[in-house]
Amino acid sequence: MEILFFYLVAGVAIVSAFFVVKCRNPINSALNLVTTFICLAVFYVMLESPFMAAIQIIVYAGAIMVLIIFVIMLLNFGQTIKGRYTHGIAAGGLVSVLLMLVATQLVRSGDATGTGGPVTSAMIAEVGHTELIGRALFLDFVLPFEIAGVLLLIAIVGALIIAKQKV
Amino acid sequence: MITVTHYLMLSAILFAIGTLGVLTRKNAIVVFMCIEVMLNAVNLTFIALSRHVGNLDGQIFVFFVMTVAAAEAAVGLALLIAFYRNKETLDVDDFNMLKW
Repeated sequence: MEILFFYLVAGVAIVSAFFVVKCRNPINSALNLVTTFICLAVFYVMLESPFMAAIQIIVYAGAIMVLIIFVIMLLNFGQTIKGRYTHGIAAGGLVSVLLMLVATQLVRSGDATGTGGPVTSAMIAEVGHTELIGRALFLDFVLPFEIAGVLLLIAIVGALIIAKQKV
Repeated sequence: MITVTHYLMLSAILFAIGTLGVLTRKNAIVVFMCIEVMLNAVNLTFIALSRHVGNLDGQIFVFFVMTVAAAEAAVGLALLIAFYRNKETLDVDDFNMLKW
């Protein structure tokens, strides 16, 4: 039953990711991208990472997608096709199919090993996923967390300066 | 029974689809969205393997990937707006101002 659900959601994720690439209108691409993000959030829940699923929905499907759709509608460009470029599509398709074959072969060629770490399903159910993430973030990864804050501040300032003036 | 291999295969397929979009599409915003698909494929790998080895470090990494993706979205879209103001187009073939 669970595996059936996995294949269903995986199918939706792959088809909608493909339509992100295929759709002519960028708005349709953006809507398909939201579907992909939500499917990935479902996978995060299945992997017992509900906090990650929540920030996937809030940050990706919420904030970033609103920004992208806002820019698409602000610029309001038409769907001009300046000419066919089938050789480019063929080359890009070939490269991506090769990449997929290599990656899937790499995954299939061996089993994932690894020692059983301290974080088990029982521990997540008992302590709570958010608390575990918070502890790791504010005890072991304080410095990267601070640097991420500085990065976001610089990104805000940079985005304002770039978008404001004539280049 | 869903194994970690299922997630890794799905992630590889999603990454390849994202690569297809980056290599074949001409609209800069669509290329940008395909990069987001690739980032998400990598995030799925991180979380699946993090659960597999029973260690939370991978999920912390996903947290930072999301932070960087948000910063990238803000700066990248600002660049696209600045570019559109100058050239009235978002075709990646016209992104050649640094070429001589």
